[in-house]
Amino acid sequence: MKERVVIAETSVPRLVPHARLRFDKQRDQWIVLAPERLFVPDPIALEILQRCDGVATVATIVDGLAEKFNAPREVILGDVIALLQDLTDKGVMTE
Amino acid sequence: MTGLAAPFAMLAELTHRCPLQCPYCSNPLELERASNELTTEEWGRVIDEAAEMGMLQIHFSGGEPTVRRDLAVLVKRASEAGLYSNLITSGVLLDAARLKALADVGLEHVQLSFQDSEAQSGDRIGGLQGGHEKKVGVARLVRAAGLPLTLNLVVHRQNLDHLDDLLAMAVEMDAQRVEIAHVQYYGWALKNRRALMPTRAQLERATATVEAARERLKGVLVIDYVVPDYYARRPKACMGGWARQFLNISPSGRVLPCHAAESITSLTFDTVRERSLQDIWANSDAFNKFRGTDWMPEPCRSCNRREIDWGGCRCQAFALTGEVAATDPACALSPHHEELVRVAEAESSVAPPAFVYRRIGAA
Repeated sequence: MKERVVIAETSVPRLVPHARLRFDKQRDQWIVLAPERLFVPDPIALEILQRCDGVATVATIVDGLAEKFNAPREVILGDVIALLQDLTDKGVMTE
Repeated sequence: MTGLAAPFAMLAELTHRCPLQCPYCSNPLELERASNELTTEEWGRVIDEAAEMGMLQIHFSGGEPTVRRDLAVLVKRASEAGLYSNLITSGVLLDAARLKALADVGLEHVQLSFQDSEAQSGDRIGGLQGGHEKKVGVARLVRAAGLPLTLNLVVHRQNLDHLDDLLAMAVEMDAQRVEIAHVQYYGWALKNRRALMPTRAQLERATATVEAARERLKGVLVIDYVVPDYYARRPKACMGGWARQFLNISPSGRVLPCHAAESITSLTFDTVRERSLQDIWANSDAFNKFRGTDWMPEPCRSCNRREIDWGGCRCQAFALTGEVAATDPACALSPHHEELVRVAEAESSVAPPAFVYRRIGAA
């Protein structure tokens, strides 16, 4: 049976093949389109999703965010993993 | 535009033709003939208009949408227009070549229906001998074509006790998601209500099964569960509210706020053969009639949930009370609610009658 993907610092998170992050000009906002799912990421989620390019690890993404927002790395790490795990469980992200 | 937001998604019902005859079909009792269906060119124009309005998703449905030989042409058109495309199918007409052709022109997702967890019962409910086996094969082909798969499971008295088996089947087929929806009782399903209505005990077991499976299959299978409303206290926000997020196009081009809206015989619906999609969305009587909250009578009008459930389902209100603006009887505040629960309990407690199968002329 398929196993649950568990996001860790070494994971390389990316959207599942049929999910799209795109800018919706009509509504002037970014949206995530996935099979039967459509949601508007909040500014923090968007900042994270835009760094999930299929190359960067969670560790790299967290380093970048810690530098940009001048915030404690441990706090950011926890938030990023929680968000990515939630999106993974919803079938939107994978590693 | 006068500040009215565009709908997010469109359900394109390409045809009412279907090899299956499910007794809870959401199509109207009066099925559209093939000769009235929109042409390829007409659908193409509608798809372009939908994208220009700002819609994001298109669901190709029916009837059985793969009956239309021009399906790939329409999927391609949607894809070029930037719409996210989804195919809602019974699967029985699909093969590897057809699926590959659809994936090649940009199809993003397949929703495949199953009527039960095993062939004998599945074929009986769907009214098609050999249908279940065919679907099992098609599920494999969908995944082999690299497409994400959702299983659509309509549940009722005659398959609800197989829910665990249905979920196991979904995992086995490598589906990413299942959509478990209890039958909604209007049109064909209302005709078959006595054969379909589950008991309260069945329902409680099913809800417990879903909750346990969600925990057990976290990260493996996404489970969407549409709760039945006859035994509920508050109605669903049907369609996320009338004319707020969604529109439906019937095979002949009538534009509807939901796929069952034609069951409301007191409304008339405009067609894309005469007006633009944007004009119909913004200005047609049928869309404006129940948009927002101004139309609501009491108890909806002063209810603090009026912008949560939007008064429930108009089709159900009309079917059960004869008044299209009435509070959905699924709501415990409706004067019709007690009668609704009494009917559900009475009908589900006696042996089910034979199905009235969905076919032209059967209603």
